[in-house]
Amino acid sequence: MAEQPTATERFVQGILPENPVYRQLLGLCPALAVTSSMQAAVTMAGAVLFVLLCANVVTSLIRDLLKPHLRIVIFTLTIATFVTIADRFLAAYLYQMSKTLGPYIPLIIVNCLIICRCEVCASKQSPLTAAADAVGQSLGYGLALASIAGVREILGTGMFFGLRVLPPSWPDWAVMVLPPGAFISLGLLLGGVNWYSQRNAKKN
Amino acid sequence: MASNTEQMSARRHDNYILQAWLCITLALFFGALLAGVQAALGPVIAENKINETKEKVPELVFGADAAVDSAGRPALEITPSTIRTDHAGGTRFYSVFEARFADGTPAGWVTKASGQGYADRIELLVGLTPDADRISGLYILDQKETPGLGNKIVEVSWRNQFIRKPTDQPLKVVKRGARAPEEIDAVSGATISSDSVVAIVNRVVSDMKTHLAQGPLENKE
Repeated sequence: MAEQPTATERFVQGILPENPVYRQLLGLCPALAVTSSMQAAVTMAGAVLFVLLCANVVTSLIRDLLKPHLRIVIFTLTIATFVTIADRFLAAYLYQMSKTLGPYIPLIIVNCLIICRCEVCASKQSPLTAAADAVGQSLGYGLALASIAGVREILGTGMFFGLRVLPPSWPDWAVMVLPPGAFISLGLLLGGVNWYSQRNAKKN
Repeated sequence: MASNTEQMSARRHDNYILQAWLCITLALFFGALLAGVQAALGPVIAENKINETKEKVPELVFGADAAVDSAGRPALEITPSTIRTDHAGGTRFYSVFEARFADGTPAGWVTKASGQGYADRIELLVGLTPDADRISGLYILDQKETPGLGNKIVEVSWRNQFIRKPTDQPLKVVKRGARAPEEIDAVSGATISSDSVVAIVNRVVSDMKTHLAQGPLENKE
């Protein structure tokens, strides 16, 4: 079997080289749906961090007991448990945000990013590496959500984190906070990232 | 001996329970964990909902515009209670918030009700004038309608249609261009969600009218 990446490598890879949204194109549904404001995007990224960290560590702890044909069931069970905890926690302590995010918190259960990390990393490597992988991937995911949400919130409302950054004369591009704005922003950012990484590859 | 061991391992392989032991153990463990979380957080969540309801009462009694300038708004005393209404189909219970001005004159009623929507149950608040002859407001507490279509029922512009609607006849959903006083414009692309909300509102109105006609609310708090 090929050498597995170390904890540090896993952590670094998650942020940019293997960024969940820009490089792996995973977890795009929330990346489109909850990125109309920075607050929502940051809360979403926090929930993903919690779920991914817990699911990765638990999966890694039981990795020697997993049977190949039953592993997906166990991944899903683990993920669903922590998603429910995150959902209840938001409803209890961040009630308005939990209403804004609505069904997208329970939908983390079907976010392929998490099951992908359980499969690729946690079911094969030690809890420490799995935790580093979870944090790295979640940071990468958070950065991606924040970049989309930043563009959409600034252009769509002239505000950033609810604070005005563009002059009041800015004609708010309402389309940016509506669903089409999500597709436009994600497409352009994705194109930008691809262009940048290709240019770098040519230089090397 | 060897064949015996093989047989045993074959039997073990065929046994579903043994195959799934990890799954079953984890399910029990996670179930207990979730029960613990619910026991700890459930009351907090319930309280959040009640607080949200109470905060909404003034807006539902005075209408959205009046609620905006909270400075000039007269203070309200809000008394929660539970009422029951009996029908041929059975008994229904409602949480009702009675709002009175500081001097005791009635300001209106806010009733919590729920019913089946397109995706899941819709929970909402209906505000009524003191004698229930007009609707004074509508607020959606909880819904899981289709994002982008049905969930537009939460938007102020759609809900504001209900304000000042007379309650002498049931409201009716129309596809485009509500004209008559009892007509409500459907959210486009979400007729079922609109129908559900209007049906819940109609039920609240008729039940509350029956109840008010029967006499003052008996306060169970």
